[in-house]
Amino acid sequence: MSSPHILPYRNPKGRTMIRSRTRGSLRLGDIAFSRLTLIGSLIVIAILVNILVILFIQAWPSIQQFGVSFFGSAAWDPVKEQFGALPAIFGTLLSSLLALLLAVPISIGAAIFLTEVAPVWLRNVASFVIEMLAAIPSIIVGLWGLFVLVPFVRSPIEKWLGTAFGALPFFQGNQLGFGFLAAGIILALMIIPIITAMSRDVLRAVPQAQREAMLALGATRWETIRKAVLPYGRSGLVGAVILGLGRALGETMAVAMVIGNAYRITPSLFSTGSTVASKMANEFGESSGLQLSSLIELALILFLITLLINVIARLLVWRMAAVKVVRD
Amino acid sequence: MLDSNDLKVRKWFNRLMLGLCATGAGLAILFVCLMLGYIVVHGLSFLNLDFITHTAVPLGQTGGGMRNEIIGTIILVGLGSLIAVPLGMMTGIFLSEFGNPMAASAVRFAADILAGVPSIVVGVFAYAIIVRPMHSYSAFSAGVALAIIMIPVVARTTEESMRLVPNSLREAALALGITRWRSVVSVVIPGAITGIATGIMLGVARIAGETAPLIFTAFGNFFGYDGLGKPIGALPLQIYRYAISPYKDWQQQAWSAAFLLAILVLIISLVVRWLSRKRQT
Repeated sequence: MSSPHILPYRNPKGRTMIRSRTRGSLRLGDIAFSRLTLIGSLIVIAILVNILVILFIQAWPSIQQFGVSFFGSAAWDPVKEQFGALPAIFGTLLSSLLALLLAVPISIGAAIFLTEVAPVWLRNVASFVIEMLAAIPSIIVGLWGLFVLVPFVRSPIEKWLGTAFGALPFFQGNQLGFGFLAAGIILALMIIPIITAMSRDVLRAVPQAQREAMLALGATRWETIRKAVLPYGRSGLVGAVILGLGRALGETMAVAMVIGNAYRITPSLFSTGSTVASKMANEFGESSGLQLSSLIELALILFLITLLINVIARLLVWRMAAVKVVRD
Repeated sequence: MLDSNDLKVRKWFNRLMLGLCATGAGLAILFVCLMLGYIVVHGLSFLNLDFITHTAVPLGQTGGGMRNEIIGTIILVGLGSLIAVPLGMMTGIFLSEFGNPMAASAVRFAADILAGVPSIVVGVFAYAIIVRPMHSYSAFSAGVALAIIMIPVVARTTEESMRLVPNSLREAALALGITRWRSVVSVVIPGAITGIATGIMLGVARIAGETAPLIFTAFGNFFGYDGLGKPIGALPLQIYRYAISPYKDWQQQAWSAAFLLAILVLIISLVVRWLSRKRQT
């Protein structure tokens, strides 16, 4: 950010007295302006660093009290002041994995359809409609989940799963509608547009020659997609899925409204539970002392997990973009 | 058994798999229609002018509306934008015009990461730095939380649209003898203004529907707006409160409020789309 970089256009020759004076003052304007934008940028970095530091400081009483056992304990007892994160972490991972399981095939399929199969007019319309799903605020998705999805999950979905696969530990217990299954489905709905839009961009970036070569060898459309298009875009697709995962892990309101807010670890998908984010949303307002500190430690954990996930996804997507530039 | 090299089998498999892909797209579209359909049907059945112009009434009385919450949302979004737009634009200008590659990619990375931070964590942060020291929930803390969510959106769209301004324009401006910052302010920014406006509106659409960071910053306030240092109501927050309440009347109002919010957000995204299409052609 030194001034030579800011002013590559200045002319070292024309230096009369008056000119240099005017220029000097104008350069000052340049420096001031670029410094101003630099300050804006530093504030962005400072916010990020501050989130980490402030959360760490305020979580410190809990970190000090429970140490590593915070991650291994299933307790959440404000009376005895015993707190552990395990059920929340378990619930977060379970609901997010369930969401990925449901959303990835649908999203990648939709992205393939939008780039490889659909006629051009349909591509734009369908992309637009799917992207509208991403624009709907999560509280509205949650409202829909609470009044429409949950009754539907209770019956027929859980009823059917319970009858057909009731022998498996995943499909036992009370069929409430609320629970991990509903949370997974609602999260899937929320990440489908994200994964679809990003995968579509990745597949669009695959050079046309790649497809033509495969078709010229006598491959069918699907074989072309399977063997020439998808492998080319693999790291970008993985990046898209991971970004979707990052979103699912941090999603709060829609999950808090359908997951049932119990605090337990169980293999049953019908069971109610909590995620890290829903635990915070439900308890933060009326807690203090060690409980508040423990909730802030949960926020810190969530921040670090999503940070890691986002860094990985960005690197993958960037690598894909770099490959694209080199090969085009 | 089936010979996987047989052309007939391959063709059938091709059709099957392409059909499955189409089903995926169809499902995604179906979900959108289902969700919007329910919001419109349930929302419209209760919506009337009183709902927008009246304040909430005590439980048990029928009627009442969301006036306080609508005003609250406008104040919060305005406050968030007031903080986020200058900061985000400064960052975007830095990224596109002034940053050397190293510094710019560091800032860009930070902005991308900030965009990925869960909104509830941003809420906890705002609670920790403002609500806790001040010992009060406040509109101001909610505005700050929303601003933090909005900044990366504005920054990245500002950068991208300023990059689309051709270099020849900058050079022409500099050749006339004006300084760098004047060329940015009076040539590059006007050239990119549609893109920047698009980014700001995207950010507004995003924060208008945010709920998680408001629960323990704005908190909600039945008596309307009484200062930035006091709790304030907001539309998404009220939808949450009413939706999880056991009262039919409140749940009905939650649907209507959701309808209002969805219309607001969808109109903004339609305008955004229209603006960005106009820019491309």
